[in-house]
Amino acid sequence: MPDIYLDNNATTKVDRAVVDAMIPFFTEQFGNPSSIHRFADGVARAIKKARGQVQELLGAEHDSEIIFTSCGTESDSTAILSAIRAQPNRKEIITTTVEHPAILSLCEALEKDGYTIHRLPVDKCGRLNLDAYQKMLSDQVAIVSVMWANNETGTIFPVEEMAEMANAAGVMFHTDAVQAVGKIPMMLQDTKIDMLSISGHKLHAPKGIGVLYLRRGTRFRPLLRGGHQERGRRAGTENTASIVGLGVACELAMQHMEFENTQVKAMRDRLERGIVAQIPHCFITGDLNNRLPNTTDIAFEYIEGEAILMLLNKAGIAASSGSACTSGSLEPSHVMRAMQIPYTAAHGTIRFSFSRYNTLHEVDEVLKVMPDIVATLRKLSPYWDSVNNAPFVNPEQAFQPTYA
Amino acid sequence: MWDYSDKVKDHFFNPKNAGAVVDANAIGEVGSISCGDALRLTLKVNPDSEIIEDAGFQTFGCGSAIASSSVLTEIIKGMTLDQALKVTNQDIAAELDGLPPEKMHCSVMGREALQAAIANYRGEEWQDDHEEGALICKCFAIDAVMIEEMVWANKLRTVEDVTNYTKAGGGCAACHEDIEAILEKVLKERGESFDPAAAPLAKPEAVAEAKPMTNLQRIKKIEEVLNSLRPQLMADGGDVELVDVVGNIAYVNMTGACNGCQMAAMTIAGIQQRLMEVLGEFIRVVPASQMPKLTDMQETTHA
Repeated sequence: MPDIYLDNNATTKVDRAVVDAMIPFFTEQFGNPSSIHRFADGVARAIKKARGQVQELLGAEHDSEIIFTSCGTESDSTAILSAIRAQPNRKEIITTTVEHPAILSLCEALEKDGYTIHRLPVDKCGRLNLDAYQKMLSDQVAIVSVMWANNETGTIFPVEEMAEMANAAGVMFHTDAVQAVGKIPMMLQDTKIDMLSISGHKLHAPKGIGVLYLRRGTRFRPLLRGGHQERGRRAGTENTASIVGLGVACELAMQHMEFENTQVKAMRDRLERGIVAQIPHCFITGDLNNRLPNTTDIAFEYIEGEAILMLLNKAGIAASSGSACTSGSLEPSHVMRAMQIPYTAAHGTIRFSFSRYNTLHEVDEVLKVMPDIVATLRKLSPYWDSVNNAPFVNPEQAFQPTYA
Repeated sequence: MWDYSDKVKDHFFNPKNAGAVVDANAIGEVGSISCGDALRLTLKVNPDSEIIEDAGFQTFGCGSAIASSSVLTEIIKGMTLDQALKVTNQDIAAELDGLPPEKMHCSVMGREALQAAIANYRGEEWQDDHEEGALICKCFAIDAVMIEEMVWANKLRTVEDVTNYTKAGGGCAACHEDIEAILEKVLKERGESFDPAAAPLAKPEAVAEAKPMTNLQRIKKIEEVLNSLRPQLMADGGDVELVDVVGNIAYVNMTGACNGCQMAAMTIAGIQQRLMEVLGEFIRVVPASQMPKLTDMQETTHA
């Protein structure tokens, strides 16, 4: 059975070179970087090197703009809570309807505390309306937080332009870039982005390490106070091994940036073209002309995502779905709902996300099994007419269950 | 991914009775609002004997929805309609060796499709008897609608009240924030405000009595406690019956939906906790099935 991992937007395999670089910091140089003895020898230097490697990938002006955190979610929370605490008179936040829960749940909680949350809607292709955005900007807004690329569809938002607009209105701008870093070239020093979140495990570093990029001069209030670590902006003993690992991962991402945007993209394109050509009644979601090179999200109509994933898993293929059942929540993915994807399609969305470790051979393996998987489940579907092997003429009318 | 039993996987990978029964004379079409799953159940009923001769399903849904549909058709084939109406969602889940709490609604959908199909055969209109909301308490599988209704009906004001009336929040306690949010919402609609420090409603039981009780008094007390818990159990379609009290062991029969329910062990633990609070002494609650034979019991009593 093949073992094909196409769920790289969920998490990635830690690169061997990253693991190798980390090991000494568990076993030999395990000292606290603040200590003055031989076990801490070179640890501070290793962290500084890693900081430089992250800086390089982001195109940040100073390495002191890199703050190591525990994960992308911590970086997101730090950014937003800092902005509202530093500007107590500003009671509004602008974000989008398709952000990650790390932003949306926090905003919901802040809403209960009396903040006004403006959530920019998206069109059917997952795009934002910048005119609507312009109208929301005011001196009441504490921060704008807009993801660089969407985790489900890979759709890229024009964050550089949006940061310029926020800056012109005197509003701070944060972007959750956990899916974009390492896949899209960045030169933050040429932008007006004030804060940016990274998650290590999305780019072949381990889980449990993140970064908040904080532009020099941006007013800041730490989330965690305590020791002097990270220049007092994020207290807590450094996760040295993971920081070193993330540094190496950033350097590798830099080296593979072109590969990601040519070879990885070619694999993704081959898969989605093959699927759309072979399987009727499926479509690709998101902004097809403006997406991450590694992501495709395909809606298979009249069947449900978790069932597809279980059959894929049986065939040795790992992917993910926006269906309600896989998330443990009530509704299909909020991203699919925001794009007004019909119910019967939203439940059947499958996301395939590639990495540089995938191969074209793997793509062909998926193409071999996918048509049968979809056909098997459609045979069970009440929206599907097995006699004609097509959906009923009016699927929504042919089957009208009583919802309870 | 969910931790599905082998039986769930087997029914998903090799579904039984998939597709519509060609000459069906009973059709039930229901969906679960809580996840968008939907099921069409088609039955061929013998008009003379009312025996279900054939059953088929078509399901738009996840692995456990397909497995629940498949196992349902296996359970009801050969039953009369009256027998089939007694099939509960717990029967469906039990036949699958259990479902994760988040997926219990798949078995509910199966039972509802069955009821709808039988109503369809009999020319009746099927009415859904419950509404399902977001799952709040994962330990006891209690959803938001149930909690909200109980808060309204019993004028509950605190998280502890909610736990006493619905069990929700009585396990790991991770859902207490969500329960507070429901209380805040309902209390606001009632024109009150939520006070986390408010005293919980008085429990129906009296506090522990100082004087040692006679065995008869203890049994009466235990019956009182069970009576007070009964409405909750019956709301879930179950019941409890006291069989005997031997020393510090209370033997009970879990009946109805509680019988064979995965939550039975947890329910028993809850009853035990409450008995200890009320009686002020250590009590073990044990299913009557584990009761020693009568002769042994005599010895235990005299020991």
